Amino acid sequence: MKEHNLADLEAAFNEKLKQDIRIEPKDWMPDAYRKTLIRQISQHAHSEIVGMLPEGNWITRAPNLRRKAVLLAKVQDEAGHGQYLYSAMETLGASREESIDDMHTGKAKYSSIFNYPTLTWADMGAVGWLVDGAAIMNQVPLCRTSYGPYARAMVRICKEESFHQRQGYEIMCTLMKGSEEQKAMAQDALNRFWWPALMMFGPSDADSTHTQQSIDWKIKRHTNDELRQMFVDATVPQAELIGLTIPDKDLKWNEERGHYDFGEINWDEFWQVVSGNGPCNAERIATRLKAKEDGMWVREAAMAHAEKKKAKKAS
Amino acid sequence: MKNSLFTYTLRIADDSLILGQRLSEWCGHGPIIEEDIALTNIALDLIGQATSLLEYAAQVEGKGRNADDLAFLRFENQYFNTQLVEQKNGDFAVTMVRQWIFDTFRLPFYEALQHSADKQLAAIAEKSLKETKYHWKHSSEWIIRMGDGTEESAKRVNDALQLLWKFSDELFFMDDVDRELMSQGIAIDLESLRPAFNERIQFVLQQATLQLPDSKWKLNGGRVGRHTEHFGHLLAEMQYMQRAYPNMEW
Amino acid sequence: MAGKDWPLWEVFIRSKVGLNHKHVGSIHAADAEMAVENARDVYTRRSEGISIWVVESSQIFASDPADSDALFEPANTKIYRHPTFYEVPDGVGHM
Repeated sequence: MKEHNLADLEAAFNEKLKQDIRIEPKDWMPDAYRKTLIRQISQHAHSEIVGMLPEGNWITRAPNLRRKAVLLAKVQDEAGHGQYLYSAMETLGASREESIDDMHTGKAKYSSIFNYPTLTWADMGAVGWLVDGAAIMNQVPLCRTSYGPYARAMVRICKEESFHQRQGYEIMCTLMKGSEEQKAMAQDALNRFWWPALMMFGPSDADSTHTQQSIDWKIKRHTNDELRQMFVDATVPQAELIGLTIPDKDLKWNEERGHYDFGEINWDEFWQVVSGNGPCNAERIATRLKAKEDGMWVREAAMAHAEKKKAKKAS
Repeated sequence: MKNSLFTYTLRIADDSLILGQRLSEWCGHGPIIEEDIALTNIALDLIGQATSLLEYAAQVEGKGRNADDLAFLRFENQYFNTQLVEQKNGDFAVTMVRQWIFDTFRLPFYEALQHSADKQLAAIAEKSLKETKYHWKHSSEWIIRMGDGTEESAKRVNDALQLLWKFSDELFFMDDVDRELMSQGIAIDLESLRPAFNERIQFVLQQATLQLPDSKWKLNGGRVGRHTEHFGHLLAEMQYMQRAYPNMEW
Repeated sequence: MAGKDWPLWEVFIRSKVGLNHKHVGSIHAADAEMAVENARDVYTRRSEGISIWVVESSQIFASDPADSDALFEPANTKIYRHPTFYEVPDGVGHM
């Protein structure tokens, strides 16, 4: 094996980034790059897992058999996506269990959007349409992220998620073609989820501590504000098409920029929810923690049985 | 005959529907992510079976109701699932024992039903059998892991067996509905399934180092619309949207 | 062991008859049977596979990227192993 000094290794790493060659698990990488990836991928994985809860809230009350099956499949996909992401994270030498514990203690974050409650069936529409829509905006560029296992997980996830947003929008369309009560339900869901959906892209570029380094490392491909603008531009016409009103009086098309201008996000609310004071933060964590604790004896039983079987085979 | 076939189909459909509904309560709360996904897969299979069966039941009935009307707009005593499948999830051991008893019945049942003179039921059975084979493998393996796992898991799975075994006999419940359809080669003589059922039960229990409860006491009632107290709550939740907002498209 | 996550398994899927098994990711499982089932539920929800291999991650020994020059570069100069190295007359057709 060749001896390498740190400068050579770093130069080789940077050269790969420059040429868009993927970094793979056993390749040398700067510690900070590894740490940033573990933080971002685990945060992403936790978001998928916690993200099961607001929609899971409506599975048992889905209004018909088709919607029930679709919602089950969608929430199950989220578990699957969490699994793909933990799997990518584990290639970096991180432990899934420790990482999940970090989420339970609040040390590791997940997307704040899941700290908002789902109050009506229309929220299943709003979440699929807006939250998955925003997630896809974030995720599509990540298919080209510099770390191989993460990029490959994202390719899989993006392929599977295309149905998520469509099913959400379909729910909204159906409601908007329905009774007055249904239309009001849809509008109310949009009113509650619009701003939190915009917050999903994170703090504005001026306040984002990680963005520049992540872009240099090609972990991120666009800034938060760029992605947010793309989302607004894509979503506003979809709302108008079915007769929904975006709850923002400052929203208007800016001919010069070729983009929508939109109002100021309530950053107070954003930081409060991030730091644990959203409507459902405590409940989400408590639910996940309970699942883990209630499942402890099950996991132990399976291990104990596997070891007994192994011992029997050996003897 | 039409009435009997309608009731017979509903009995099969409701078992799948109600157990699917129960299992879907686990989604997001499983003991580990992989098992969460597995439980949801089983729930999805069961909801799919229920949908096909309810569509057929609606067609047999011929009164303009559809599968959703049947799933969401009947009263409590018009559901004909066994009491076993409506029992609450409890801990993972209760869920798995309930599943395992049910799968162990469903396996020989679908094997037989795929030869039914009713082509529609036979086709549904053939497709569902493949799913059920996997469900049975999954639940049986868990019974073995828990029974022959730790002290705690052995106790929990044994408790679950004590709790649920008395509901197992209802799976073999038969009345005039069955007898009428049996004479036409449509329904299955459930008594004929007992040897296969018992053999599979013992096969798994032995590996799990578990034993059946001593008591021979058996409960039934679900097949004729008499349910346990949990059932009304399950329906209240499942029917909420259709009851609160009648006659709407979703 | 108490409360610890199950061991990690690498998952390989054959997507169609005639193709190789290909690495798709990993899952946790207590034993091999469970690993196959978990892999089925996680990685073949959309009919992505017809056969699954699993192997405990700790059992995989991988080449070191630092050795890749020594391992793989020597083959690059052996161009005579490829058919395009050889010249044949135009009229000969497919060979």
